Amino acid sequence: MAGAGLPGRLSPRLLWRLATVSAVTAETPDVESIALDVPDWPGHTAGQHVDVRLTAEDGYAAQRAYSIASPPEDPRVTVTVARVRDGEVSAFLLEELRAGDRLELRGPIGGYFTWEASQGGPLLLVAGGSGVVPLMAMGRHRFAAGSDVPVRLLLSSRTEVDIIYREELDRLAGADPTFRVAHTLTRSQPDGWTGYRRRIDRAMLAEVGWPAAEQPRVFVCGPTPLVESVAAALTGLGHDPARVKTERFGPSGE
Amino acid sequence: MTMHRNVTVDDRHLDGNAAAGLLQEIFEVEMTTALVVCARCGTGGPIGTTVVYASPIGTVVGCAGCGRWLIRVTRVRGWCCVDLGGVADLRAGDDTTA
Repeated sequence: MAGAGLPGRLSPRLLWRLATVSAVTAETPDVESIALDVPDWPGHTAGQHVDVRLTAEDGYAAQRAYSIASPPEDPRVTVTVARVRDGEVSAFLLEELRAGDRLELRGPIGGYFTWEASQGGPLLLVAGGSGVVPLMAMGRHRFAAGSDVPVRLLLSSRTEVDIIYREELDRLAGADPTFRVAHTLTRSQPDGWTGYRRRIDRAMLAEVGWPAAEQPRVFVCGPTPLVESVAAALTGLGHDPARVKTERFGPSGE
Repeated sequence: MTMHRNVTVDDRHLDGNAAAGLLQEIFEVEMTTALVVCARCGTGGPIGTTVVYASPIGTVVGCAGCGRWLIRVTRVRGWCCVDLGGVADLRAGDDTTA
């Protein structure tokens, strides 16, 4: 390989740390938030993730990446974990983990899919299912930092009970008219539902999002098909692909 | 903490963000913002925008433009083997962050 160069500041070395579970909170029937006390946590940026490692009695180890849901201002690190089909790690975390348990964690990791209030906006955040987790860290950071960056969040969920952070999003949007939240439910909708009733498409993005001329910073996170179709629709609406950052968690979601 | 073993096939199409921990472990710098250029088609961009396939035996980072592999990382008996043969150029460091 020609021209490889790795100059500049070295990142803090990635160390496995033994974190202690301080609280487990149900978000939906299939999603829980796990708050962790992490010794010597170096701090993080909204959008980053951690690697979690579980080791079986026979030494077999499984490792997964989970987005951090808590803002940098929070001394505890909270991850939000969704149950995935045949997901050995998510099943363990959701069914076995209790306050006081310990698990191995390293991070924070990543620098591409991140946002700091000082970078400004406006922000368009688009998520499918648990793709809302790193975007929630951005939203929480925006409030915790006292930022007035206008935010529009579009969240696609299967049914009403599957909406993650529903109450908190309602509360934040109710408290600040420059933080707007739109929901779409793709599988079924309750009586009286006033949100969208279909998969996210170009027309929905045009209604909910910012005009391309406003040059929003866009973050899209969710399953690969959603991320790809949303990114293509945004490009079609004239958004600069370089300002549309995506993170996908694959067909299995884990 | 221990986990009862229940092995499942784990083959997923993700993006460069999913390889962030592995690549930082190898290069000791944050790598999702590193700029990578494909040796075949010349497409360049942050590693966060690449296509990643992860499996228990290894991880392949692929070009978002043409799909060809850029970086292959395999683990064999404790050894971590890194093949950068698909890469024309790779730049990491402070000057690459937006």
